[in-house]
Amino acid sequence: MHQLTLAEIARGLADKSFSSEELTGALLSRIKQLDPQINSFISITEAQALQQARAADARRANGETGALLGAPIAHKDLFCTQGVRTSCGSKMLDSFTAPYDATVVAKLAEAGMVTLGKTNMDEFAMGSANESSHYGAVKNPWNLEHVPGGSSGGSAAAVAARLLPVATGTDTGGSIRQPAALTNLTGLKPTYGRVSRWGMIAYASSLDQGGPMARTAEDCALLLQGMAGFDAKDSTSVDESVPDYSANLNASLQGLRIGLPKEYFGAGLDPRIAELVQASVKELEKLGAVVKEISLPNMQHAIPAYYVIAPAEASSNLSRFDGVRFGYRCEAPKDLTDLYKRSRGEGFGAEVQRRIMVGTYALSAGYYDAYYVKAQQIRRLIKNDFMAAFEQVDVILGPTTPNPAWKLGSKNADPVAAYLEDVYTITANLAGLPGLSMPAGFVDGLPVGVQLLAPYFQEGRLLNVAHRYQQVTDWHTRAPKGF
Amino acid sequence: MALQRCDVEKIAHLARLGLNEGELPRITDALNSILGLVDQMQAVDTTGIEPLAHPLEATQRLRPDQVTESNQRDRYQAVAPSTENGLYLVPKVIE
Amino acid sequence: MQWEVVIGLEIHTQLATQSKIFSGSATTFGSEPNTQASLVDLGMPGVLPVLNQEAVRMACMFGLAIDAEIGPRNVFARKNYFYPDLPKGYQISQMDLPIVGKGHLDIALEDGTLKRIGVTRAHLEEDAGKSLHEDFNGATGIDLNRAGTPLLEIVSEPDMRSAKEAVAYVKAIHALVRYLGICDGNMAEGSLRCDCNVSVRPKGQVEFGTRCEIKNVNSFRFIERAINSEIQRQIDLIEDGGKVVQETRLYDPNKDETRSMRSKEEANDYRYFPDPDLLPVVIEPSFLETVRASLPELPTQKVERFQSQYGLSAYDANVLASSREQADYFEQVASIGGDAKLAANWVMVELGSLLNKLGVEIDQSPVSAELLGGMLQRIRDNTISGKIAKTVFEAMAAGEGDADSIIESKGLKQVTDTGAIDKMLDEVLAANAEQVEQYRAADEAKRGKMFGFFVGQAMKASKGKANPGQVNQLLKAKLEG
Repeated sequence: MHQLTLAEIARGLADKSFSSEELTGALLSRIKQLDPQINSFISITEAQALQQARAADARRANGETGALLGAPIAHKDLFCTQGVRTSCGSKMLDSFTAPYDATVVAKLAEAGMVTLGKTNMDEFAMGSANESSHYGAVKNPWNLEHVPGGSSGGSAAAVAARLLPVATGTDTGGSIRQPAALTNLTGLKPTYGRVSRWGMIAYASSLDQGGPMARTAEDCALLLQGMAGFDAKDSTSVDESVPDYSANLNASLQGLRIGLPKEYFGAGLDPRIAELVQASVKELEKLGAVVKEISLPNMQHAIPAYYVIAPAEASSNLSRFDGVRFGYRCEAPKDLTDLYKRSRGEGFGAEVQRRIMVGTYALSAGYYDAYYVKAQQIRRLIKNDFMAAFEQVDVILGPTTPNPAWKLGSKNADPVAAYLEDVYTITANLAGLPGLSMPAGFVDGLPVGVQLLAPYFQEGRLLNVAHRYQQVTDWHTRAPKGF
Repeated sequence: MALQRCDVEKIAHLARLGLNEGELPRITDALNSILGLVDQMQAVDTTGIEPLAHPLEATQRLRPDQVTESNQRDRYQAVAPSTENGLYLVPKVIE
Repeated sequence: MQWEVVIGLEIHTQLATQSKIFSGSATTFGSEPNTQASLVDLGMPGVLPVLNQEAVRMACMFGLAIDAEIGPRNVFARKNYFYPDLPKGYQISQMDLPIVGKGHLDIALEDGTLKRIGVTRAHLEEDAGKSLHEDFNGATGIDLNRAGTPLLEIVSEPDMRSAKEAVAYVKAIHALVRYLGICDGNMAEGSLRCDCNVSVRPKGQVEFGTRCEIKNVNSFRFIERAINSEIQRQIDLIEDGGKVVQETRLYDPNKDETRSMRSKEEANDYRYFPDPDLLPVVIEPSFLETVRASLPELPTQKVERFQSQYGLSAYDANVLASSREQADYFEQVASIGGDAKLAANWVMVELGSLLNKLGVEIDQSPVSAELLGGMLQRIRDNTISGKIAKTVFEAMAAGEGDADSIIESKGLKQVTDTGAIDKMLDEVLAANAEQVEQYRAADEAKRGKMFGFFVGQAMKASKGKANPGQVNQLLKAKLEG
């Protein structure tokens, strides 16, 4: 049962091949049995899940239908879930039981989804290896000595290990697409503002976006359908109607113009990955796509700009964690400053502290223009590059990551080494564009992802291209050994 | 211009992060390494470029002036480290 | 050395919205601690702000009223600092692009002239919560009910040259925001609070001296006293060879002195940056026109109209227009009573002293405008004299009914029957035969004084009810004749 995709589960529940309660029970025991190997869950909400499953079965018995009704899901542990610990992978929130549901959580529960638990993540979504979690590193099911990517590494590992069919993730600089690539999943970062950020604990507000992680594009379409939509509680949410993401999955790719940015194939890219990307391009050409080389000249400036903007916003977003109203509070503070400094010094891990300090510095008097304003100017240059490119092509294609999953602990010495792994994904966040990563082969037994980018609100196009590709390839169907 | 230990102490104070004395050299190195990466921006000519704060450049929606919240104090204070008589408690503040 | 004082003010006005600026919590004053603090007000993880349109509208009203430019695109920024009454660790405020730009306001000085005070800007921001320093086992208690209440911070130019001017300016702002209905002006509840920037310089010097900021002064009286004590402190300091240090100070009304607020000194790198959870606020010209059309008559316009329409002096017009409630009261009395100058006198003198004695505002006056206007009609139609009217007014204040019923029940109706007055005067003159003799023997100069004696006796005899004009006329005839 654990091999089923979300689409297959929907059909199975619809034709009563199994009940949601049976499915939920089976997956929960699989999680309990296998998760200790990969550490992908922070909390397993067994009792609540079984209750939701029974409720979903009852709704179906009452004649309700829906692709998500009774289907299992897990949420990255930065989506607030009422009555359930919402930790952000941090000691700071180890004791935090959210008093409300995130909009995404509420919408999916409303649609009848069954929440099996909360998945592990880099602390406050800061990282690309899932090694900075207070709850320990997540291991890549494809090779337990390797990282699964991050920051949505728990969601990625859980879905890759067939513990469940889909999970939510969030993507600030690649945190859905990069772990999807490193674990052989399909992951989609929607257009900024497409999915509500209410209840999604912020890392960098102008870059964060929630999205689906699944094994197929078809499943991503189903899950995105339940997540997307306008939310009056989020000022940055976009009030635009949500199309039917499954409707055009099979549309023809005849004449589709694919742009290959030459900057994506330069130094730093593992040549074996370059080859796999080219192979995927050949497949798409066979489906009728036309390929064109393009240029995104400011791409190289994206990482420096990102590592100003994201830490700056984070330094302010994380100021609310002060040991007063929720979260970790140090023992016996001797005065107010001591309360702040020790609660935050002891509650936050090293990477979070580093980024808070970088952001604090970038915003401080005398440095604001040189850092923050400069980074926002570069942000516009990057957006302009994309706008120009999309005059010539319909989608942009390239590698999702320069390297396959690296060994646990191998990039811990220098934080900058890990930052450089975000080189291909960060630009979409800076420009707010939708991006998708899909499986495209293996290097040394480790998965490789191809990234597709599209103009604003064209998630449907990305899903269409990925789905057609997945009809003629089988990379996405491969499962890691032992799972 | 590399950060010195005293700069890092000042930043940590602004951010109210209590750092271990022993970790300061390592943290200073890490921050300098990150700022080295960030400083590559300075090579880009951005004269006359309007900063971009939000990708979609939308404008703020306004909410009608209506009271929609009710008292949930007990529920919200259930996650608080220290409260008394409905107040959040902090060490004595001297003004 | 002659010193010149330079004062600039930052006035925080709480906008009179129903809900908070970024959340749907109520803004009611005085509720149980933290019962009006929602997820957003508490800065819970994952929450987001959405801007209240009424706060925007009110800020625009203020901007239009002071002839300021309204920022067509204004931006919210985060002001970052740690303090327990600031739940998110930052205050959402406005920095580079405030909603209200440069404007001005005229204040009336004591000598009757007007002085124009520049308003640098006014911006929207959220209020902080409250720290309660009563002892909770050595701890401070935090109440976040006030957190998120919309504030309009009005920043003046350093245009004031005395504490009196500063108070006149605060009063003018106070009157204006109340006229506009955007703030209840209740200073005791903190609805309008003032930070005073004070410096001194030798007369004639162009550069400003070093300024100190006195935080959070919340009454007109304290503003004047705080500024005066700070001026004296600075002058004494400089004359003793010391130097003024730029700092934040707090006024202690008990000791009538300001003292340094060291605790707030260190964290002054606020790291402002545009709030990424909020988008730029665009004010459409059409919206602004709607707001402009909804503006009530403003204090300065009212003062001018009172002078031209009612023929009041500039002084009287200014006093009556100093609050919207008083101006409305006066106009109602004038309209019912049919005599604006009479109405102005009664509102300013008798009603003023009554309210003063009771310590209440005009909207709680025991004598309504209808009652007072009704009484003025009786003065005008000679039913009662001005003197008797005071008795009627006192009775109305004591809740004994309207003028007509009081006049009736107390028998205060003026006597205008010539025969009756004539008879009464004969009795008075007969009772005071000696004085009549003296009067008739006296010269013109002395007679003037003595005449008053007979009038007094006559009024006494009539219990004040005789028509004073008729008494005068008839008495003269009798004494001369």
